[in-house]
Amino acid sequence: MSTETRDIIDLLAGIEPGSSLDGIRARRLQARDNAQKSYLSLFEPADFGDVPATDRYAVAAFVGGVHGEPTVANFYLTKLTRAAGRPELIEALKAEIERGKTRGPYGAFPAGPLSTEDKTGLIYHVAEDRKAILGVKLAAALEHAHLLVFRPRDAKPADMQGLLDAGWSSTGIVVLSQLVAFLSFQVRSVAGLRTLGASLAPAAVAAKAS
Amino acid sequence: MSDSIVVQDNKHEPVVFTQKELGWLPWLEPLPEAELTERHFAGLVDRSRAKSDYFRLLVREPEVLEARTKTDKDIFYNTADGLPRAERELAAAATSRYNGCIYCASVHARFATTYSKRRDDVQRLLDEGIGADLGPRWNAVVRASVALASTPIAFGQEHIEELRHVGLDDAEIVDVINSASFFNWANRLMLSLGEPTMAAK
Repeated sequence: MSTETRDIIDLLAGIEPGSSLDGIRARRLQARDNAQKSYLSLFEPADFGDVPATDRYAVAAFVGGVHGEPTVANFYLTKLTRAAGRPELIEALKAEIERGKTRGPYGAFPAGPLSTEDKTGLIYHVAEDRKAILGVKLAAALEHAHLLVFRPRDAKPADMQGLLDAGWSSTGIVVLSQLVAFLSFQVRSVAGLRTLGASLAPAAVAAKAS
Repeated sequence: MSDSIVVQDNKHEPVVFTQKELGWLPWLEPLPEAELTERHFAGLVDRSRAKSDYFRLLVREPEVLEARTKTDKDIFYNTADGLPRAERELAAAATSRYNGCIYCASVHARFATTYSKRRDDVQRLLDEGIGADLGPRWNAVVRASVALASTPIAFGQEHIEELRHVGLDDAEIVDVINSASFFNWANRLMLSLGEPTMAAK
């Protein structure tokens, strides 16, 4: 596996070296470098420890996919395909991405004055017939990823217990949580910068001037 | 070794958004302070964070924590140029209000108040929610943050134009994008690995 040397946010947002956005990002160099280091330490660490590479890429592809961000999803699907080489796993994951798509955030607040803002929505579970293909651990991870993406305020200690029961360690859960939370940042940085970049493109500027 | 959850007897769970100082109780075991090595301290970045259950839980994966912490610090503290600190904190507070992170909102609402001196406006964001009218400039920052926090992401040209209209340049817009995006990371950790408490720690 080759180490990714390109800046992933730049790559996914289509930021070209020497562009105006490249210059602006360079003024927050520590943030840019450490967003990249976060990516590397989650997806290309020297030691994958409690969470194998294939589980990391599969969860990442799912998170990008349910966000409706195909560029991000495909980036991680490609890594998963290279690492796992199991077409049935890729197909199962793509089907679960479609089943998991909805609109967030939703969920319940602690009972009290905020309860009027409670919002119900999809409680996602992996399809029974795909659990054998995905495996118990990855299926539990996808369900937890969906919880974190769409209704993080619903999270309860029972969700930690569910992951432990599926074979996750405490350290593995920390890695999984960081991974989903980091991706929630990454897809938004990419989408935000891409949108800003589009407004700076020569065609957009020319259209504005005319 | 099989791990287990930590059962918290939290009799003081906050049920509203507040600018008061809150505590945070973990649902998984943080690493014991006595077991921290230099690798862990590198992950904590500030040695004083060894006193925090939250950071001693996250330091189970030190390299990720270190990179996350340094990303956070640059996005919020590097005000050499770009958006004033108050509005970066506003983006963090609005994102936390929308996602429903009472703990994160308390910290960053306090910072927004400290740097803006607009305590009442910050409190209205907490009390009324993301639709509170805070004046054109703050409304634009809140709307952009909420659009970024939505899934699918709803941030579009209209948000960029609104931010430009209230006086933000491209570098300042990038600071809004960074601050709001980062809190989608922070909110999910604080909300899913433990819970807030009114009891001072």
